[in-house]
Amino acid sequence: MTATDAFSAGQNTPDIPSRPEAVEMPALSIDGVSHSYGARQALIDVGFTVAPASFTALLGLNGAGKSTLFSLITRLFGIQRGHIGIFGHDVAHAPGEALRLLGVVFQPRTLDLDLSVTQNLLYHAALHGIARRDGRERSREVLARIGLADRAGSKVRDLSGGQMRRLEIARALLHRPRLLLLDEATVGLDVKARADILNHVRQLVTEQGISVLWATHLFDEIGSNDDLVVLHQGRVLAQDKVARVIADTGGGDINTAFMRLTGSTAQSGSPTS
Amino acid sequence: MTSATIRPIRSGFSLGEYLTCLNGIVWREALRFLHQRERFISALVRPLVWLFIFAAGFRQVLGLSIIPPYETYILYEVYIAPGLMAMIQLFNGMQSSLSMVYDREMGNMRTLLVSPLPRWFLLSCKLLAGTAVSLLQVYAFLLIAWFWDIAPPPAGYLTVLPALVLSGLMLGALGMLISSGIKQLENFAGVMNFVIFPMFFASSALYPLWRILESSPMLYYVCLFNPFTHAVELIRFALYGQVNWTSLAVVGGCTIAFMVGAIYAYDPSRGLIRRGPAGGET
Repeated sequence: MTATDAFSAGQNTPDIPSRPEAVEMPALSIDGVSHSYGARQALIDVGFTVAPASFTALLGLNGAGKSTLFSLITRLFGIQRGHIGIFGHDVAHAPGEALRLLGVVFQPRTLDLDLSVTQNLLYHAALHGIARRDGRERSREVLARIGLADRAGSKVRDLSGGQMRRLEIARALLHRPRLLLLDEATVGLDVKARADILNHVRQLVTEQGISVLWATHLFDEIGSNDDLVVLHQGRVLAQDKVARVIADTGGGDINTAFMRLTGSTAQSGSPTS
Repeated sequence: MTSATIRPIRSGFSLGEYLTCLNGIVWREALRFLHQRERFISALVRPLVWLFIFAAGFRQVLGLSIIPPYETYILYEVYIAPGLMAMIQLFNGMQSSLSMVYDREMGNMRTLLVSPLPRWFLLSCKLLAGTAVSLLQVYAFLLIAWFWDIAPPPAGYLTVLPALVLSGLMLGALGMLISSGIKQLENFAGVMNFVIFPMFFASSALYPLWRILESSPMLYYVCLFNPFTHAVELIRFALYGQVNWTSLAVVGGCTIAFMVGAIYAYDPSRGLIRRGPAGGET
């Protein structure tokens, strides 16, 4: 079974909330968010939304502010200005409710290398209040889905980079979130591993209705039907469907559109295809 | 973009979820400790070197009078045993904070901090887990010390437990507070020089306070206001089935103060906000 096949097997149904009132709201709403490190402004009045069951690419160069934004959404940093909501739950005022609905894969690896694959998953389950028996069951499920069932007892440090990333994604889904954030999730992986992970995440959107915010600096990870947010030097320069952004800028492709949006200021490095 | 209809998730957490989380954090800490056998061995070797070599050498030099809780003359080894137990907890507390700094640098800490459970609870669990590990080390030390004829009353092994828990919490909370202020792993070496050694040597762990008073009144007051002195005395008295109320009050008060400080420092809108993203991130 290839990793892609393995990814596509099985189902991961998000938890059904218990209260019956129905409300209509975006998966993620970011409104007027600014953040600074001392005198340096990392984010300036950032605002956009991620629709439920959508794949939204957050495109930006290194230094654009993507990881800072992720740290604010996940409450690693306090929100200095603006509001962030996850399915209507304010991250600053109702962090428990908001973080419950959120799965996240950070740019740096956050697995415990000295623990086994299953132990890492059980630890994550416990941090979400999932009882051990349920955690074991879910671990078996997700490991089968990512094609790592035979590595359940292996130490994480013995896995390849691609396997670690797949494990991190599986871990992020273990508590059945409705919104998944991935920050440069394919950095350092080979072409096939990148494609496998991207395909898997897209399947989560289409088959399970999970909303995804995919931060990247790689053009070839962005599909023509995706929603796109272009973040540059801490500001949102565009937010729309990819095709519309391309059309609005008059560029023939996303590469040209990005260069036109960022203009001559895109000197610190450019996204690649 | 489109919106969809969803129902809001339930708020709050059940007692079962809190206990599951606590169990998971303690379990993970214990696993890490068991995987790091060198850490366990070095945690034991350190006090044993003091006991077998230092105490044996200084036995004849440092005479002791009869002081509470002892009711007769004691060997120097017997006197320093509580101090060495507290030393194990001091090093363990600092080791835990080193581990937190390492986890934060390597990214593992994020796994903990993005848990939906309240952050004060997560940090308290982490503290309890570190204390549980220190208890394992202390009792292993007591077992070895027993073969060296350092044997408190049998009931002392039980009565000392609450004192060890409280002192372990205090020293762990201090380590956590310190870790919140350390931005790079390399800076941690300073903790050895500026925290561990002064706390240990300027205390009643190696010599009684009345002896220090004889040689230096100023140092006596430094020792008196050192929370580690009170951790040592709390353990010493508890080992003989007694309570040193002053030490209990000081250790209890310091535990609360250090813990509140650590929770404050790890609050995202305060302590963590001053740090930029990890290297390579944007």
